Amino acid sequence: MPSVVLIAVFVYGFIGDTIYISLTDWGRGAALALDPQINYIGFENYTELFTGFIDGRFRQDMVNAMFYSVLLLAGAIGLGLFIAVLLDRKPAGEAVLRTIFLYPMALSFIVSGTIWRWLLAPQGGVNVLPTYFGFDRLQFTWLTSKQTVLQFNWQNLLPLLLCIMAAVLVLSGFGCLRSRPRRAAWFMGCGALLGLFVAVAGSSLPQALFMEETHGFNLATTGIIIATVWQYSGYTMALYLAGLHGISQDLADAAQLDGASQFAYYRHVAIPMLRPITISAIIILSHISLKMFDLIFAMTGPDNGATGHPALLMYLTTFRANDFAKGAAIAVVLFLLAAMFIIPYLVSSYRRKRRGY
Amino acid sequence: MHRTFSPARVLLYAVLFLLAAAYITPAYMALITALKHPAEISLTTAWELPATANWNSFAEAARKLGPNFMNSIILTVCATIGSTVLGSLNGYVFSKWKFKGSEVVFTLFLFGMFIPYQIILIPLFQLLRDMNLYGGLPGLILAHVVYGLPITTLIFRNFYSQIPTTLVESAQLDGAGFFSIYRHIIFPLSIPGFVVTSLWQCTQVWNEFLWGICLTKHTSAPMTVGLAQLAGGQAVSWNLPMAGSAIAALPVLMMYILLGRYFIRGLLAGSVKE
Repeated sequence: MPSVVLIAVFVYGFIGDTIYISLTDWGRGAALALDPQINYIGFENYTELFTGFIDGRFRQDMVNAMFYSVLLLAGAIGLGLFIAVLLDRKPAGEAVLRTIFLYPMALSFIVSGTIWRWLLAPQGGVNVLPTYFGFDRLQFTWLTSKQTVLQFNWQNLLPLLLCIMAAVLVLSGFGCLRSRPRRAAWFMGCGALLGLFVAVAGSSLPQALFMEETHGFNLATTGIIIATVWQYSGYTMALYLAGLHGISQDLADAAQLDGASQFAYYRHVAIPMLRPITISAIIILSHISLKMFDLIFAMTGPDNGATGHPALLMYLTTFRANDFAKGAAIAVVLFLLAAMFIIPYLVSSYRRKRRGY
Repeated sequence: MHRTFSPARVLLYAVLFLLAAAYITPAYMALITALKHPAEISLTTAWELPATANWNSFAEAARKLGPNFMNSIILTVCATIGSTVLGSLNGYVFSKWKFKGSEVVFTLFLFGMFIPYQIILIPLFQLLRDMNLYGGLPGLILAHVVYGLPITTLIFRNFYSQIPTTLVESAQLDGAGFFSIYRHIIFPLSIPGFVVTSLWQCTQVWNEFLWGICLTKHTSAPMTVGLAQLAGGQAVSWNLPMAGSAIAALPVLMMYILLGRYFIRGLLAGSVKE
């Protein structure tokens, strides 16, 4: 089959090639020469990105991307599920409403970005809306805000990451406390140990950077998050709605006979059954948020540092600055982040299929 | 059916109405701004309807984006045909001609759907440049066909697994080969599959931006790139970008509204497997 060869070359071959490029110094010299001088330099590009003096923008972009992913996931999944539950109550005109909630999905990010840029203009758009109801105009600058909240020092990256890991372990321990006490104890023990380790030895851990450099959540990203949630909550809604329709009516009737209120039905019966859908929504949305490029390009332009994203920086580094090797290194970082989500998902769905036979 | 007017029901409609209004807002804003006279656009009255409908912005945007529009049409049609036909053949193999390890190959195939395309951008750029395809439409079409394969293969595979395998087996006993089974049995049954996949591919290719801006030169840039340029300047009057957005959105929106049912199926196929 020729297409297997095509995929092998265009996906796997190219990924390998990009990884190789990221380990070279292609782009320092005459990058666009037909036969450029390329030398192998190991992981220098990566150490520069994470700990080098000039690549502060990459680090801020990584922080942006992280906040962006988390908030997009929370927003799109929360809102999508909420709308799906509302539509599952079978209101009149359900089909029309569904079309309205889903149409943003069909638009290009460039189209929606252009429109949202106008909607979120500092002196107009959404900000003047309250004046129609007699309130004052909002002053928030959605896309150009220079404010940053939740700041932290990049020097403390390592202890911070360990703290987050410890917190996740403890929390997931709490999560399965009732169903699997043994595993819960294991998780919480590890988390507590890790936390203790950071508390005791945190200050002696190697610092990621030789100088202080603070990063945080840039408020200008809010506008981009709102636009993305607008565009993708319809998608999660469609997923959840299909899931809710798949639950048999008998189950809903049985719950009702048992005296469950509608709220209790969703809380205890329907939503737990939608878990596989939540997982695939997380996979798809996180992969979208990691490659977010077009929307930011259209909303704040490629050169706005405050709303930057590694995917955008990769484009700028590669095609504007012609630093191919460093662009490749950024791409590899993005790829590894995405792979963290996708590979377990594909492996588990492959296993499930195998068991199906 | 008897409908009760309980307070909960009223609340449900109120919330749904507000949400729907919020979702429509951007489209409303784009349309009224596009219809306004440039002098009429001001930030404080942005929400009000235009005094008179002024279609000139649409004409001018169409004139400016015309070449890009044509590029996008050629690109979308070619890439969609290429990737759906190949995807259909692949789906046929993965569902009816299973070989040892075909599930592994299929899973490896699907992986291509989820990669951030930045990871393949530089080698793709190199390859197209070496093949002398960089900058033009054929290179872009090739990229879209290849990277469209995972999703089209997935949709067709799921679609074909509903066709009973006994049908293929009995045709095999009658001496029909790989292609004649495809031509006489599978293909005639595939029309809905083709609608779903090509609709999905059309919207994807039409809306794509990253490759458009990285792999094409000015004259063969697709619609999204043209629109980004039209909207990109700082002191633009907003009527033009809005009209351009409307033009760029129109083809996919039309398809979506007319064939929404199939669109949702493609959407679901991309995530919920089996």
